[in-house]
Amino acid sequence: MSSEIHHDTTHAHGSRKSYITGFGLSVLLTAIPFWLVMTNALSNNTLTGVAIMSLACVQIVVHMIYFLHMDTKAEGGWNFMALMFTLVLVVIALSGSLWVMFHLTSNMMPVSAHDMSQMP
Amino acid sequence: MPDTMLDTHNPLAPSFYVVDEHDHPEGASTMLGFWIYLMSDCLIFAILFAAYAVLGGNYAAGPSPKDLFELPLVAVNTSMLLLSSITYGFAMLSMNERRVGSTQVWLAVTALFGMAFIGIELYEFTHLIAEGATPQRSAFLSAFFTLVGTHGLHVTMGLIWLVTLMVQVARHGLIPANRRRLMCLSLFWHFLDVIWIGVFSFVYLMGVIR
Repeated sequence: MSSEIHHDTTHAHGSRKSYITGFGLSVLLTAIPFWLVMTNALSNNTLTGVAIMSLACVQIVVHMIYFLHMDTKAEGGWNFMALMFTLVLVVIALSGSLWVMFHLTSNMMPVSAHDMSQMP
Repeated sequence: MPDTMLDTHNPLAPSFYVVDEHDHPEGASTMLGFWIYLMSDCLIFAILFAAYAVLGGNYAAGPSPKDLFELPLVAVNTSMLLLSSITYGFAMLSMNERRVGSTQVWLAVTALFGMAFIGIELYEFTHLIAEGATPQRSAFLSAFFTLVGTHGLHVTMGLIWLVTLMVQVARHGLIPANRRRLMCLSLFWHFLDVIWIGVFSFVYLMGVIR
C-alpha cells in the first residue's frame, strides 16, 4: 500500500523522442483536415466531414498518449477510470442532446398557411 | 460508564474503522485530484459543444460560418497552440533533468505562443463584432462565442498560472512543490490543446463545409 502512495511525482513523463513523435503526428493530423477543406480535395462535403471528425478523434488519442501520458496504470488505474467515466458522460450528453433536439426541430417545422388552415 | 462503551482493546469486539494511520506524503494525491478536475472541466466543454451542435445552424437570417470564418487565421492559431504544447513538453523534460535555466526559457517560449494564440483570437473576435456578428446576433453566434470564449478564458488563466510558476521557480528553484505545480499546469495546458482539436474540427472546419 505504501509503495503505491509513495511515488515520485515526476515519474514517467515521456522522452524527447516521444514528444517529437507526438508533435509530428499532430501536425500531420491537423494539416490534413485543413488541406481537405481549403482545397476541397474530396469534392464531397459529407465525406470531408467524416474525414475531419475521424482525424480529430485520432488526434485526440495521439495527444492523450504522447502529451498527457495517459495509460491504464497511472495513479493505480484511477486516472483511466475517471477518463472512461467522463467519456461515457460526454457521449450521453452529446448524442442525447443532438438526438432529442433533432426530433424536436423536425416536429416543429414551420407550417405553411394552407396546412395551418387545415388543422383541427 | 467505561463498561458500557465498546471495548476497543478486546480483539473480539467489532472495529469499523481503520486502526493504523496511513502515510500521507504531501501532494501524493494532487495529480489524481487535478485529473478529476480536468475531467469535470471536460464535461463543461462537452455541454458547450452540445449547445453549439444544436444551435449551430440557427443563423436567424444572419451570417453563417462560411461568411465569417477565415481558415488561414484559424490554421495559424492552431499552430500557435500546437507549438506551445511541444515547448511545454520540452520545459517538462528540462525540469526532469533539474535544469532551471532551460526550464524557464521553454516556459517563456510557451507563454509567448500562448499569448500569440490569445492575441489572434481577440483579433478574430473584435473583427467579428465590428462586422456586426456579435453574440446577440443569432443562436449560432451565441453558442460560438460561449464555446470559443470559454476556451480562450481557460488559456488566459493558464497563462497567468504559467507566469506565476515562472516567478515561483525563479524564487525557489525546482523544489518538489514547484515540480508538482508544473506537472499540473502541463496537464491543464495539453488538455486545452485537446479541446482546441474539437473546436477547430467541429466549429471551424465543419462550419465552413456545412
